[in-house]
This record gives sequence, C-alpha cells and structure tokens, in this order.
Amino acid sequence: MKLFLKPSSPAGLISIVVLMFVFGFMLVPLYTVFCEVTGLNGKTSGQYQGELTNEVSDNARTVTVQFIANRNDNLPWQFSPKQEVMELMLGERKVTSFRVVNTYDKAVVAQAIPSVSPAAAASHLHKIECFCFQQQALGASESKDMELIFFIDASLPGDITKLTLSYTLSDITGTDLVDM
Amino acid sequence: MYEQTKTAHHGPAKGLMRWILTTNHKDIGTMYLVFSLMMFFIGGTMAFVIRAELFQPGLQLVRPEFFNQMTTMHGLIMVFGAVMPAFVGLANWQVPLMIGAPDMALPRLNNWSFWILPFAFLMLLSTLFMDGGAPNFGWTFYAPLSTTYAPPSVTFFIFAIHMMGISSIMGAINIIVTIFNMRTSGMDLMQMPMFVWTWLITAFLLIAVMPVLAAVVTMMLMDIHFGTSFFNAAGGGDPVLFQHVFWFFAHPEVYIMVLPAFGVVSQIIPAFSRKPLFGYASMVYATASIAILSFVVWAHHMFTVGLPLGGELFFMYSTMLIAIPTGVKVFNWISTMFKGSMTFETPMLFAIAFIVLFTIGGLSGLMLAIAPADFQYQDTYFVVAHFHYVLVPGSVFGIFAAVYYWLPKWCGNMYKESMGKLHFWLSIIGVNLTFFPMHFVGLAGMPRRIPDYALQFADFNMVTSIGAFLFGATQLLFVYNVIHTVRSGKKAPQKPWEGAEGLEWTVPSPAPYHTFTTPPAASEK
Repeated sequence: MKLFLKPSSPAGLISIVVLMFVFGFMLVPLYTVFCEVTGLNGKTSGQYQGELTNEVSDNARTVTVQFIANRNDNLPWQFSPKQEVMELMLGERKVTSFRVVNTYDKAVVAQAIPSVSPAAAASHLHKIECFCFQQQALGASESKDMELIFFIDASLPGDITKLTLSYTLSDITGTDLVDM
Repeated sequence: MYEQTKTAHHGPAKGLMRWILTTNHKDIGTMYLVFSLMMFFIGGTMAFVIRAELFQPGLQLVRPEFFNQMTTMHGLIMVFGAVMPAFVGLANWQVPLMIGAPDMALPRLNNWSFWILPFAFLMLLSTLFMDGGAPNFGWTFYAPLSTTYAPPSVTFFIFAIHMMGISSIMGAINIIVTIFNMRTSGMDLMQMPMFVWTWLITAFLLIAVMPVLAAVVTMMLMDIHFGTSFFNAAGGGDPVLFQHVFWFFAHPEVYIMVLPAFGVVSQIIPAFSRKPLFGYASMVYATASIAILSFVVWAHHMFTVGLPLGGELFFMYSTMLIAIPTGVKVFNWISTMFKGSMTFETPMLFAIAFIVLFTIGGLSGLMLAIAPADFQYQDTYFVVAHFHYVLVPGSVFGIFAAVYYWLPKWCGNMYKESMGKLHFWLSIIGVNLTFFPMHFVGLAGMPRRIPDYALQFADFNMVTSIGAFLFGATQLLFVYNVIHTVRSGKKAPQKPWEGAEGLEWTVPSPAPYHTFTTPPAASEK
C-alpha cells in the first residue's frame, strides 16, 4: 500500500487529484462551518431550539435593532418592515412583521435571506419564528404580513449597542431549488 | 534491451498520422509549442480588438457586450491556451533531454493530454458564434455573473475548462513520474537542472489545484442546470464562496504560469554569464516556498468583499512574505551575472528583460498586497498593469528566451541573431509602451473591463494602444524567424552556446528522434 501510493507513482498522483477534487467540494461545508464558528458573514442560525424563559433581568441592557428590507434583482414587489427601529432589552422577546406585496398578476414564491451586522452579533440574535424559515407563496396581487419573533441573548458583547437585521427577498418562482 | 536496440534507429512515421499517433516526447513538445503559438495569436487578436476600441474614448468599433466577450476570451485563451501549453511543450522537449531519459514515462498519456487541447479550445472558440455570444463574465467568471446572468454558452465554457483541466493534470502526472523515475543514474534530485526542478514543483501545483478548478466549474454547472444553490443566496448559497474557491485555484495558477519561466531564466543566465548558477540550493528552496505559500494567500484578490480585519491582515502579511523567496531568486540571478564573462545573445537579452520587468510586476504586486491601499487599486487598470507585467515580460519573455535558447537543438539550425535582437528590442519597447501607462490610468481610477472611459485617460490609452499594436506586429517577426530557422537556417553545432551546460548539449543537433536509449552518465555534462 505504501509503495502503491507514493507520490512518484501515477496511482499516487491520481489519488491526490481525486482528493483535491473532493476537497474543492468540501470547501463548501468548511466555509459554512467557518462562518458559523467565527460568526463572520452575518449569517444567522436556524430556528431557536432552547428553552424560552421570557424572563428579563431588571438590570438588562437596552439595545437598538434596525430592520432593513431589500429586494433582490430590484424586484418590483413592495417589501418593508412594519417598524424600522425598535429598542429592546436583552432577553426580551419581541414580535414584529414585514409586509410584502406581490405586484405581479400571477402567483409567486419568495424566499428571504437574513443577514446581521455587525457580524459579531449574529450568533446572539435568535429567531423563534421567522418567515425566512419557509418559502413564502404569494397569490397574484396578494399582500401579506410576515411574522418575526426573536430575542437577543444577554451575552451580546458590551460594545454592541445597535445592530441591523436585514432581509433580502428573492423571487424563486419556478427555480425548483434543491434543498442543500 | 535487444528489441530496443534493433528498433532504435527508425525515424518518425510519415504524413499526418505521425502527429496524431505519436508518443514521442519531441513530436508532442513541438505540437504543444505550435498549438500555443496559434493560441497566442488568437488571444492576441482579441487584445487587438480591445486596444482598438480603447484607442479613443467613446464607443467606435464594437458593442459593449462584444467587448466583454473579448476581455473574457483573451484572458482564458492566453492563460489556458498560450502560456500553459507552451510550458508543457518546453517540458516535453527538455525534461527528458535534461535528465537523460529516452522519453516521458507515460507516452500514450502524453499523446492524449495534448490531443484533448485542440478540441477543448475549438469548443471554447465556437461559443463566439453561438446565440447570446461567448462567455462575457471576465476570465475569473465570478458567480452570479457566470451562473444566473450568464449567456447560454456558459455550459460549453464549463466543459472546455474541464477538458483543459484533464489535459493539464495528465501532463503534470506525466512530468512528475518522469522526473522521479527516469533520471539517469547518478543524478540526485539536488543535481537536477533548475528548469526540471521548477517544472517538478509546478506539476505538483497543477495536480493540487486543477481539480479544485474542476470542482468549482462543476458547482457552477449544477447551479445552472440542476437547481443547486452553491453560489445562489436565495437558495442558501453564497456568491462570495465562489470567489474563495476560485482564487484557491487561481492564485497557485499564477505561479504555475511563472515558475517554469524562473527555471528557463535559471538555465540561460549561467550559460551566458559563463558561471554556474549562484545559490542553486536556495533557488530550489525558494521555488518550493513560493509554491507552498501560494496556497495561503488567495484572499488578497478579495480584500474588498468584506473580509474581517483579521483576514485582511493575515492575507496581507502572507502575501508580502512571498516577496522574500522571490527576492532570493532575483538576487541569485544578479549574483550569477556579477563578474561573469557575459555576452548578450537573444536568449540572454530576454532573460535579463525578464528579471527587470518581472521585478517591476512583483513590486506593483506588493503595492496591491497592502490591504488598505488595495481598496483604491481594486478592479482598476493598475491591476491590469501588474498582472500583465508578470505575465507578458514574465512568462511570455521566458518562453521566447527558452525557444531562442533551445531552438538550435530542436531543429539543428541557428536562428538569425540580428532578427532575434530586433524582435527583442521591438518587443521590450512595445511591452513597456503598452503596460507602463496602465499604472498611471489605474491609479487615477480607470476601471478595467469597460469599453469606454473618461476623457482624462485618453492620451495614456492612445499610447497604450499604439504600444500594443507594435508589440503584436513584432511577434510576426518571431514567427518568421522561427519558420525561416527550421526550413533554411544555418546548421547549428552540437553546443551552440559556449557557456551552456547540461545533458541536452551532449546529443547532436538536431536532437535525434530517439535520444538516451542508454542512460548517459550524469557527470558527462
């Protein structure tokens, strides 16, 4: 085996080639894990799975959250947060919503992609319920209030007093995206 | 052994089938070199279109869509069609001759890896005539430009890249196996000529990163046709991931295109300085460290995508670190020339120009490596100036130097020295006229890949275009000189260069169809 796979033999070299091809694909999960661990890229995690105590300690800090709604490819749909800025205490559970209006005269499917800035805050923002967890089907000219329930945990770094949660809405009608 | 001696004196087969069926490293080397010369002119024609359009501000000759196709195809053809095959051709000719081997280790694989190329490039070039036109997203084919917004021909582009990749990988495997297993007795690794060393390291880079390129274009293919979302944010992917994977391939790729030129220069400078190469061992280690470092610097191409501060610093310092082994090489070449008994034949002129102009490209590379400054330079003509300085007077001059140096051995005739010198001087004027003004317009903010520009850049662009036309026309001299040499040049002696060393000069000129059927002694050089 050792002789077979030495780098001076064609078989050894071909196995390096195969390994590197696989490594190219491995970069995808590695990148995702790297972004999750370091909190880079502002990616938020999925639905919050922990216990919901809904208890706020009396001396909890107050932070400001800004909401931004973007439309991918300059979609003509209307998409905006119900409330653009809110103040909340760490640990406090908040409910808000985003309004979307499908201006097309046909049914569409939309997908919202969240992002948090500064990136260091991403792992402290927990979504209990979010419209971004599912694809959103919209009928022709339908408008809809899409709900978001979230809280920010108490371990948010002290230097962060304001954070931004942005959603980019994409039209994925008919693209039949394979679930990754 | 007996069988071999009996057949050792047959010549090449006759007619077209000789070239299609050949497994001879010299035939295949020649085909690679001729192919790459053709691609050099096709890619050059595209550069001509670009420079003609940019001769004056405003849109005169081509539509912006076609201009984008030209910049994209020029880059792809020059990188994958001209520079890489030329170096593989040089390796095919020279590696067996320099290590005393009768042929490459895997001759049939060798035939195959060449013959894939014409089909790959035919497919790539055919996209120019398709509906929606050729790829227009730049040679770096960033997603989603190359996925969501790509012309339909992108699928042909992807398969062409796959075929080029397979060809390069097979070529690289062949070279590594040859170098490890077929050196003549008594030639240790640390006695190999520098050209062989640089190619060994280049070949390892190739087999390490070409599969990553294959992976990234496969992901593109799946995103376009099979509904995956590797690079599509709406499906949970990330376009920035594309840039990471691409540059993980493409940064080592730029060293793949220049390391063999380092090897060529390391052969030529000692020959015409009549001194052995200064610091052989440090040369080997410097080449190896450049290759290893090339894997950890990729994100310096992406300083403006929003990397965290730590990332910017890491990639800035690791990039600057590369200047150290590169500096070692440059100073070694200069020390080799120091107090040498130098003469300035055409190969030497190209080699010296390589050192000077490659260093200019290296220094602008250092400027680009400074993360805060890079925000100003990103996507401007300063970047274009930088990489053309390392690729044209770097890689391409290295190839010219190698051809002039070894042509007498390949065809048995001496090229016309006066015409070679004319080619050199016109080339060096053309190159600098073309690329030096790009530094200025780049620093002043002229963006790359745009068919029109602000009036303030008009004068420098006209100078650049005139330089480009001069440089392009000059290359016809080179073609004429080579054809003339092969057909009717003066007979060359076995060793046309007084100071040249190496096993390739122990065989007659032209090198017989079969050489070293019995291994030579390594000390014979």
